[in-house]
Amino acid sequence: MPKLKIEDLARIREQARRATLLREGAGRVKITVHLGTCGIAAGGRNIMTAVLREIEERNLHDVLVTTSGCAGLCSREPMMTVEVLGQPPVKYVDLTEGKVKEIFAEHIVGGKIADRYALAVGSERVM
Amino acid sequence: MPYRVHCMVCAGTGCVSNRSLEVRDALENEIRKRGLQDEIQIVTTGCNGFCAVGPLMVVQPDGIFYQQVSAKDVPLLVEEHFIKGRPVQKLLYKPPEAAAPIPKMSDIPFFKHQRLIALRNRGLIDPEKIEDYIARDGYQALVKALTEMTPEQIIEVITKSGLRGRGGAGFPTGVKWQKVRQAKGEPKYIICNGDEGDPGAFMDRSIFESDPHSVIEGMLIGARAIGARYGVVYIRNEYPLALERIQIAIQQAREYGLLGENILDSGLDFDISVTRGAGAFVCGEETALIASVEGRLGDPRARPPYPAEYGLWGKPTCINNVETWANVPPIILHGWEWYSQIGTERSKGTKVFSLVGKVRNTGLVEVPMGITLRQLIYDIGGGIPGDKKFKAVQTGGPSGGCIPAGMMDQPIEYIAPDGKREARDYLDLPIDYESLTDVGSMMGSGGLVVMDEDTCMVDVARYFLAFTQDESCGACTPCREGTKLMLDILNRIVDGHGTMDDLRALEEIAWVVKQTSLCGLGKTAPNPVLTTLKYFRDEYLAHIEAHKCPAHVCRALNTYRIDPVICVERGHGCGVCRRECPEKAIFGEKNQPHRIDQTLCKKCGVCVEVCHFNAVIVE
Repeated sequence: MPKLKIEDLARIREQARRATLLREGAGRVKITVHLGTCGIAAGGRNIMTAVLREIEERNLHDVLVTTSGCAGLCSREPMMTVEVLGQPPVKYVDLTEGKVKEIFAEHIVGGKIADRYALAVGSERVM
Repeated sequence: MPYRVHCMVCAGTGCVSNRSLEVRDALENEIRKRGLQDEIQIVTTGCNGFCAVGPLMVVQPDGIFYQQVSAKDVPLLVEEHFIKGRPVQKLLYKPPEAAAPIPKMSDIPFFKHQRLIALRNRGLIDPEKIEDYIARDGYQALVKALTEMTPEQIIEVITKSGLRGRGGAGFPTGVKWQKVRQAKGEPKYIICNGDEGDPGAFMDRSIFESDPHSVIEGMLIGARAIGARYGVVYIRNEYPLALERIQIAIQQAREYGLLGENILDSGLDFDISVTRGAGAFVCGEETALIASVEGRLGDPRARPPYPAEYGLWGKPTCINNVETWANVPPIILHGWEWYSQIGTERSKGTKVFSLVGKVRNTGLVEVPMGITLRQLIYDIGGGIPGDKKFKAVQTGGPSGGCIPAGMMDQPIEYIAPDGKREARDYLDLPIDYESLTDVGSMMGSGGLVVMDEDTCMVDVARYFLAFTQDESCGACTPCREGTKLMLDILNRIVDGHGTMDDLRALEEIAWVVKQTSLCGLGKTAPNPVLTTLKYFRDEYLAHIEAHKCPAHVCRALNTYRIDPVICVERGHGCGVCRRECPEKAIFGEKNQPHRIDQTLCKKCGVCVEVCHFNAVIVE
């Protein structure tokens, strides 16, 4: 390995930070892909892959992806919930890989809810 | 594709010995089996600190904390958490008194009350990857020190920050650096003292294991400040994992050109070698350590001259403890103003403690200076198991002292005996009873052994003295002979043959050893005796005058007898004690009360251990 210069250190930091930022648990957007039995049967795994691919292609550092079980609306799977920091969560239903692409462009990057695919804004009241 | 989950498996010494590496392998297999290897990353980290509940792991970004994970839990964990997104309840941490488990690491009291500076990267990075360290601002402080600061400015920042030596003596780090910088002689050396010999202490080991680059970066900044050319990391050979990780880290830093010549094109030349200590306690003392690095017997010598003027190979040498070095990069990066806001008036920053003994949450913690023992033991440590009463805490290992429960609300900090803020080497403090509560015993290097009501303080003093007596190098008479004499007296007392003359002699010898020994080992060896004499004199008196050990630890002073009613009514004279007694001192028939013949009893205590009905009474 050639000797490091200060600029190289900054570059390595940027790259490594991108890979490890997740560990600090802070993000601007949190995407939950619903992977209950119904979600998996309806193709949720492909949606997960599509989400992760979008994040990579768009080089996003502030999007966290997590999974959860069935959201209760099994007939509309695959589903995902998009939660932008400080805004109510939005549930998207009947997803395909193409729709995921559009939702990324409009909502996650663009900041405008893609309401044609959205089921509802907000969540059930818990307890 | 980016990973969506980082699964941080603890691979500190504690968790590894609880088979965390098997858990890691099982996770990797399971994840491959389910085709998740591109989504989920398994990272092995250094010690998380909560060693009591290992093997442990943290799943990010949610921060879910799993404890006591075994390889057979892995399929369920992957299915439930990584696929369905449901944390596995049975592996979550649940405090004994709580109704529900606490899923998030940041909500668990053990972690919540801590503030991490020296341990800032623990559990967040793979200690064997320099890139992980760089991602967390690693080597940014070095860049700042090389490009924006003069050596004088670096020393000024360290001095103003109030950082003091974390090895136990509490000498101001900036002052030491300044002395070495001004000393004449080339080349200058830097030493990292990782010869952590106190029983029950593992602060340094953990820093090496979880974040070795923080030590290297600290030493690099020190090298720039004092003009040192070479560095030595002195590490105990009993720390194989720590040794391996610091060696890997040094190798990586060399490959990146962060060690070697003309570092980052700044003109700084500095390289680090590793010396393994052979396990002599005295080598933690700086002059003995230097002798050991030079290949001589680890014998201390009289100071002055201090190593700052006449150190390794007779050249000016700056020795600091592992934790001190790990604190340097954040101070340079964030400034002295930031650092000096943390802690108390006299003691700045944080301190790492290893919390062991009779406390629920044993492990490694980093807390702001000025925290009280009560907060440490109850809020973080979770209190004493089995509803026992807290009696004392032994700080600073064999060189430290016992702090009684009554002093539990005093803040932990460095205290000068005259109350002034001027900082001095604690070995040079005027010796009086009051100064025993200063740096030597109140603070120490960070080992905290919690003791409950079942601990005999005379026995504790005897234990630590047996350790220092064994480790005394024998170079000076007070330490060699004095510790032996003190140990003989303590052995007599715990055997029930002590006299009041013994007690007077013990105290007198302790002061002589303290005042006249050559090095820190002898000067501090009497501390456990002196502090227990000060705070627990009644226990010594009970041993000598009443021939009783109040905690029933010193068996020679105990009387064992069997409660005839319990023996028959609950145990139906089962006879297990009679069969197990090695001296055949117990007599009785089935369904009849059993009896111990006091003339035959050798007081081994086996009957207490084997009786299922608690019928054996110790008095």
